Amino acid sequence: MPEPAADLTCREIVELVTGYLERTLPEGQRRRFEEHRELCPDCQTYLTQMRHTADTLGELREESLTPGQRGQLLAAFRGWRPSDQTECAANLSPR
Amino acid sequence: MPASDPSSLEEHQLLVALRAGDERAFVELVERHHAAMVRLATAYVGSEALAEEVVQDAWSAVVQGIDRFEGRSSLKTWLFTIVKNRASTTFVRERRSAPLSSLGSEDEETGPTVAADRFCSSSDPSLDGEWAAPPRPWEDAGRRLLALELREELRRALEDLPRRQQMVVGLRDVEGLDASEVCDLLDLSEANQRVLLHRGRARLRQALEEVFDHAPQPA
Repeated sequence: MPEPAADLTCREIVELVTGYLERTLPEGQRRRFEEHRELCPDCQTYLTQMRHTADTLGELREESLTPGQRGQLLAAFRGWRPSDQTECAANLSPR
Repeated sequence: MPASDPSSLEEHQLLVALRAGDERAFVELVERHHAAMVRLATAYVGSEALAEEVVQDAWSAVVQGIDRFEGRSSLKTWLFTIVKNRASTTFVRERRSAPLSSLGSEDEETGPTVAADRFCSSSDPSLDGEWAAPPRPWEDAGRRLLALELREELRRALEDLPRRQQMVVGLRDVEGLDASEVCDLLDLSEANQRVLLHRGRARLRQALEEVFDHAPQPA
């Protein structure tokens, strides 16, 4: 016989969103989360917005290096190469 | 066999080329990862100038240790782990700033991540806890129109987060590392990492909400 579960309130749902997205909610809680979400468009909106936030963060990756930094690191690289790599790169054939 | 073009190399090919001493592979790797490594190092040692030194050391270790990379973790995780180790050494040597783990107190926020007044408080249990001021959906059209502003605001808001929230959100959502990698890098329990991720994302969502709320309505 299924035990009666208290419905989750919206106030509680917003604190479970990340656990839900991370798939770390215990099974019973996950089911109650999904049941609430199906009936509550506002909480569905909140969940969607948390997803959008995470997705937009992924668009922030920048790999911009100044030419000065690049040049400095490249110069250093030429000094670090393991001692058995004495040929210039263009002459090395792939192993 | 024609030389591969480093700008289109997958990670594996990049490593093969780097092992062979290919400078273009090194530059490609640096282009991809240097900025993120500096951000990580800055969180550990507190100053960007010191962080640049740490990452320079790290690159040296990468190049000299490239044969030791076994591919059990992603390349990015390996790079970040080297940065972490170099940063710890630097911290001990310089005793310059508090290590990441000791900045706990500012992040020990508790309490709701959404303002309490956005929900009903009622003695009637069927009303209590329901949205009073629910979030308004972000229309796709709005998201496209505001894309630039949203990213700018997100960058700003990310920098304003408490440091550990910033680090977790940065590594998970910006850099794309998975939960266990971030726990290892930042010496966090899974639960703690999740709380920081949750709190950070909730604040950032709110920052984005404010962009939408203040945007001019379409005619």
